[in-house]
Amino acid sequence: MANLKTSEKKTKAQSMGLHTEVLTGKTQQKFFNPDEAENFYYWGTYDVDFNKRIDLDVKDLECKEANKKIDELMSQGYGTIVIKNPQGKHSLGVGILNKLNLIFEGSLGYFGVGSIDGPTVRINGRVGWSCAENMMAGKVVIEKNAGSCFGAAIRGGDLVCKGSVGARTGIDQKGGTIIVGGDAGAFTGFMMQRGRIVILGDVGINLGDSMYDGTIYVGGKIGSFGSDAVESPMTKSDIDWLKRKLKVAEIGENYDVSKMTKVVAGKKLWNYDALEPTEKKGAI
Amino acid sequence: MCGIAGLIHRGKSSKVGHELQGMLQALKHRGEDSTGYALYGDTEGKNFIMRVKIGENVGEGSSSVAEDVSVYDERKKVVESCISEMGAKIIKADRVLPYSLRYEIEYNKDDLLNFSQKIESIEGVEILSMGKSLEVIKDLGNAKMVCDRYNLDKLVGTHAIGHARMATESGVDIKSAHPFWGYPFSDVSVVHNGQLTNYWNNRRILENKGMRFMSECDSELIAVYLAEKMRNGASLEEGMKDSLSGLDGVFTYFVATKDSLGMAKDTMAAKPLVLYESDDLVAMGSEEIAIRSLLPQEIDTYDPFDGEVKVWQI
Repeated sequence: MANLKTSEKKTKAQSMGLHTEVLTGKTQQKFFNPDEAENFYYWGTYDVDFNKRIDLDVKDLECKEANKKIDELMSQGYGTIVIKNPQGKHSLGVGILNKLNLIFEGSLGYFGVGSIDGPTVRINGRVGWSCAENMMAGKVVIEKNAGSCFGAAIRGGDLVCKGSVGARTGIDQKGGTIIVGGDAGAFTGFMMQRGRIVILGDVGINLGDSMYDGTIYVGGKIGSFGSDAVESPMTKSDIDWLKRKLKVAEIGENYDVSKMTKVVAGKKLWNYDALEPTEKKGAI
Repeated sequence: MCGIAGLIHRGKSSKVGHELQGMLQALKHRGEDSTGYALYGDTEGKNFIMRVKIGENVGEGSSSVAEDVSVYDERKKVVESCISEMGAKIIKADRVLPYSLRYEIEYNKDDLLNFSQKIESIEGVEILSMGKSLEVIKDLGNAKMVCDRYNLDKLVGTHAIGHARMATESGVDIKSAHPFWGYPFSDVSVVHNGQLTNYWNNRRILENKGMRFMSECDSELIAVYLAEKMRNGASLEEGMKDSLSGLDGVFTYFVATKDSLGMAKDTMAAKPLVLYESDDLVAMGSEEIAIRSLLPQEIDTYDPFDGEVKVWQI
């Protein structure tokens, strides 16, 4: 709805304190209305029972059919779904927006468990490119290796790979945590903006290239630093956080996190000073 | 996009035509403008096998101009006359399709340059491959279509590489299809996924050194580049390592010789590759599903890192 001038009458959202901004000039905004039931309905989500468990063999299913079947099972209340014979198929387990225990007995292809918000996923195999891309929340644990663009643009949640990962891990990351037990390829943390990446092994060239913000911890050798990525001293908070996170991720037992290298943005590429305050807020 | 796949059996032979067909068919969503196979068969190693194209497939979305079949007949006669002129003897001749010939020839010289130049001086004729075990078969359509058309299912050999092509840099035709023969080296073939951005600069340099290009497909540069390195005494692996800096762009490519199979990945690692290695088999492809067509059971695979070069022997 377009509001071309300031309205005198308060909406219910404003009177509840949910919206306090005074609008001036030309603006366009859709107000939240708590009276409308659909505003409380999160489309495509289900209440599931973790104790209700089922196996799903996807050997002869196309990825769309398999995903539809997972959706059907969630709608029937199944909270623990075990996927048999994924056999490297692409785009399995994508777009799950509720709590769920999802277990893959095998390997996934590209774009596995992308755009998820909430499920706990265990993959007893390997994953291809762009695993968990755009993840909002939840936890994904991969027992073997992962391909390139691992955790691209994730906003939240924990993404754990116990093996090695390919290039551009955490590209465009906006939040959440990525933990890798093995090595990582070139351009790890490329253009990352928020969140943390933990690599227990070695990383390739151009680590943290053009990163805006966020933190990368590396346990092994670093091929080279990317543009504007700089080393920063490890603090006690870093060490405590790493210990806790690795313990929760069940990875790197007895790993000496104090010897890890911490990499952050040098912020020399930041040009926010040239912006107006409102633009600066948007840019950051 | 394009998809590539390759496999090598160590210490045994298998139906590599059938196996590669399965791998490439699993990658058909990456492109099915054309599909090509480079198969290394079990041969006595005495005679050369030459695959020759005397025309283009003008059906199935081809960008080629139609020619009368009588033109192909005339070219075939000239090809066979040239083979005799070069002192080679035709042991067996097959005409699989009107525009596709296969010859088994007895030729006692190792330098194939003069021989190839003579054959390719005939207008519209291109040698797709020449070697004592290599056979390059490429045509328009997906892997199954090409495999059925050329009866590749039963071909037994040790290793193979193949390519499913989505035409981006050049036309939909056989001359731009992969694999490319490492002209004029016996039994060398290359498939590539990616784009090379210094194609024309390198092509000019290599042409000035006497190397030949048959298409305007950037991928052909890799075959010619490696052939030129080997002509100057470099080993295959040395040539491949050199290509990481000599070739600009994004690429993952496979190269095969009579007894080896290699892979190289550019320093940006921008093109995918999944690899499976065991004591008796190495299989690799643009996507895991290609390997799964061969090994459906749970296996350990990995992505090679940026700038990696690997070579395996049979």
